[in-house]
Amino acid sequence: MTTIAADMRQTFLHTVSGALDDDPRLALVLADISYATVAPAAQRHPYRVINVGIREQLMISVAGGLALAGMRPVVHTFPPFLVERPFEQIKLDLNHQGVGAVLVSSGASYDMAGAGRTHQGPGDVALLDTLPGWTVHVPGHPEEARRLLLAALPGDDRVYLRLSAQANAEPQPETGGFRVLRRGRAGVVLAVGPMLDRVLDATATLDVTVLYAATVRPFDAAGLRAAALTADRPDVVVVEPYLAGTSAHLVADALADVPHRQRGLGVRRDRELRAYGVPADHDAAHGLDAPGVAAAVRAFLRLD
Amino acid sequence: MTVETLTGYAALQPLMARMTGDEKHDIAAESTVDILWVLYDRVLDVAPGRMDDPDRDRFLLSKGHGPMAYYAVLAAKGFLDAAELDGWARFGSPLGHHPDRVLVPGVEIGSGSLGHGLPIGLGVALGLRAQGRNRPRVVVLAGDAELDEGSNHEAIAVAGRLGVDNLTVVVVDNASASLGWPGGIARRFAVEGWATTTVDGRDHDALEAAFTAPHAGRPLAVVATVEPKGA
Repeated sequence: MTTIAADMRQTFLHTVSGALDDDPRLALVLADISYATVAPAAQRHPYRVINVGIREQLMISVAGGLALAGMRPVVHTFPPFLVERPFEQIKLDLNHQGVGAVLVSSGASYDMAGAGRTHQGPGDVALLDTLPGWTVHVPGHPEEARRLLLAALPGDDRVYLRLSAQANAEPQPETGGFRVLRRGRAGVVLAVGPMLDRVLDATATLDVTVLYAATVRPFDAAGLRAAALTADRPDVVVVEPYLAGTSAHLVADALADVPHRQRGLGVRRDRELRAYGVPADHDAAHGLDAPGVAAAVRAFLRLD
Repeated sequence: MTVETLTGYAALQPLMARMTGDEKHDIAAESTVDILWVLYDRVLDVAPGRMDDPDRDRFLLSKGHGPMAYYAVLAAKGFLDAAELDGWARFGSPLGHHPDRVLVPGVEIGSGSLGHGLPIGLGVALGLRAQGRNRPRVVVLAGDAELDEGSNHEAIAVAGRLGVDNLTVVVVDNASASLGWPGGIARRFAVEGWATTTVDGRDHDALEAAFTAPHAGRPLAVVATVEPKGA
């Protein structure tokens, strides 16, 4: 695991600033967070870089209105303030109005570990799963983030791009589905975004298939199913950098007609972790560091 | 009595009766009916064939409760087939107790949960401005009790500070806010830089004058006072 401070975020802000120059349909909506970084773009496009101040409900509603007026809104802040605080605005002012936006969060589940619970957003993907029609990208590298952002900008659909300061050493190529990185017999481990390097590390000596996903919604059920049915047993471990088990219902759907087992690793749901420190501390506490993932995979696949 | 025998404002009563089933339903019981009529009859530059025209005026019913008057006006103005009114609120009808823009021709936003229309309207107004579309205006109808929702106040502040003068809000004041608005509703807008006016929400000429008053560089708030709810 390599931690590159704010690298996906800087990549996003640079990329979207450039895109504003090229596409008159784009508008960037901010609630103070990151505004200083895009100030030059705001000077060039004063009506298309809209900072509403610390007003996150309004940020989403304005995006809905911009989309109704024919624009392509990009909305950005930290996950709790982008998805949790204005959740009804996402549900009603985007989904219910039948319009789209590109929501780009930065901070993930605990990039700002020292900031505490208020700035941690492990529930974002699970919340968006309660609404139809969201594409959810969880890039594992700044280059993947750049590519996924540029692919999302021309559309009019609903896209969530979840950026993190945690990243893999190298980007993965675009494959349009889950990418097979390693093949094995004992089961399947699906690594989501920044979880990949630690999953590869944790499973280096294990006879398992490793899949990689930078896009989790839509969920590549066919890819997962093909991998699971190729193993000796259709046993699946999903390693997600947000709430544990967030994708469990989709794994169950993908293998609905096959007796199978699954285990979801991620941010624990059973209690609030009242601790500060750095992301690595939280990885360890949630069993999301390489030793934690290795132990869980070995135990679940009965490899010990 | 049929719809075809009446035109204009007088057509609204039989149209609403198709929903209420009450031939004698007093349309004045609807706090919004005169405001809606004046907007669609005298103020808004919009027509049934122009819902895809980016330069049309937009009306956003934020207070989605009690939409019968809205549906009646849309039917009277030809946006909506009057026959649809008969199925009001039934399963399969496009017309519910709260309007849905995806289902009802002429409806610009789906509403019902309070405090969404004004913030969305600000976004529409900013989107028009960003595209250099300086002619169309955005008019949002909200209720005095709806202003309880804090989301409105995020929009009121930002619209004022950014001088979004293509945005108009009409607040129907039927004194239904549980905790009231001491000092009046218009002050909440004025302090944020809006042009404001308070008028009789039953007086068509006064409403028209309020909606068409110049307010360059500032958003416009029209407080339309009607009888207190339940009076």
